[in-house]
Amino acid sequence: MYAFEIDRPNTLADAVKALGAEEAQALGGGQTLIPALKQRLASPARLVALSGVAEIKGICTGDDGALCIGGGTTHADVAAGAGAYPALAALAANIGDPAVRNRGTIGGSLANNDPSACYPAAVLGSGATVVTTNRQIAADDFFEGMFTTTLEDGEIITEVRFPVPEAASYQKFEQPASRFALVGVFVARFADGVRVAVTGASEEGVFRWSEAEAALSKDFAPAALEGLSLSGDGMISDLHGSGDYRAHLVAVMTRRAVAAAG
Amino acid sequence: MPEVSMTVNGKPAKGQIEGRTLLVDFLRDTLGLTGTHVGCDTSQCGACVVHVDGRAVKACTMFAAEAEGAEIRTIEGMAEPDGTLHPIQAAFREHHGLQCGFCTPGMVMSAAALLAENPTPTEAEVRDYLEGNICRCTGYHNIVKAILAASGQDVSRIAAE
Repeated sequence: MYAFEIDRPNTLADAVKALGAEEAQALGGGQTLIPALKQRLASPARLVALSGVAEIKGICTGDDGALCIGGGTTHADVAAGAGAYPALAALAANIGDPAVRNRGTIGGSLANNDPSACYPAAVLGSGATVVTTNRQIAADDFFEGMFTTTLEDGEIITEVRFPVPEAASYQKFEQPASRFALVGVFVARFADGVRVAVTGASEEGVFRWSEAEAALSKDFAPAALEGLSLSGDGMISDLHGSGDYRAHLVAVMTRRAVAAAG
Repeated sequence: MPEVSMTVNGKPAKGQIEGRTLLVDFLRDTLGLTGTHVGCDTSQCGACVVHVDGRAVKACTMFAAEAEGAEIRTIEGMAEPDGTLHPIQAAFREHHGLQCGFCTPGMVMSAAALLAENPTPTEAEVRDYLEGNICRCTGYHNIVKAILAASGQDVSRIAAE
């Protein structure tokens, strides 16, 4: 690792101030950023650790029934505390391993927007709202491609608001070494329609499969997906699987998710 | 250089660190607690698992600065001061839960975290919890058996395969 200074503010206001410094970067749970720093893939002059900011941790239910999760909440705490949204709690319980889940945070995962991360599928699939220190961002506007989001420098994710669907499921086909999703599909059925979000597959990062959404909104059953398929063009192709293989897996995992959501 | 202070195995500990100092390096190099191992340094293997405020954490993937004021427990804090092994350590010895021993500190700390939140886990739950702990001697069967034994369950019917 290259050398850097580290700040550990205790309030959101101090964190925002610290991030105003030149070449400062926010540090969530560090489960992605620290390995990246070790490989010298990142070289910030200053890290602002958010782990001491209590006001962005925790889970509550909003007046509109949405499940509100603080940006600094760990995967383990979401797994244990998001019982009102079982598919989301189950997703959190299957990220990485127990020690990783005790450090990694939802805000960190979303800000990083790894194309194979689980949380982006839940946020996009639920039509959640990402709340930051500056504004509220709809999930459909938040993700802008592999490792890219609409977040601006110094902007911190303070909360994610999930509308709770009538039924939902996340199905992940794990890449066996990293435990990241080779393909993961989040399906959520709301009163006004179905959302399907896919992670791990596209070179553009998480995306919605609109044809599947239209079919499932008419008939929420695995059979409704018959005949639907995606092209392997633009899908991630690496030693773990070709683009065509990933495209095939998307359809398989979507069927499984619909069956599991019931 | 900034200073960090924390409680390690019940005793106050402090030292000078750089921003980039990892918790595992602070424990090993500054405090001399070399029981916590660095196997992969890429947060895969789990040999560096310690408890931070009661939770299992990979000490190679956390900065020492973030442990300011925290309660840390390492493998050195498991046995009694007189050397009597912690029940999990005793079970590892009794059931041959280690071969070369390199992964053992992390295995024991993960097992302790598991039993703290789930005192009588099933075999499947033990295996699931150990997902982030790798044993290169492939000693998983006896590790799982030792943890089940440490939880007070009858392991006489679990074959050492």
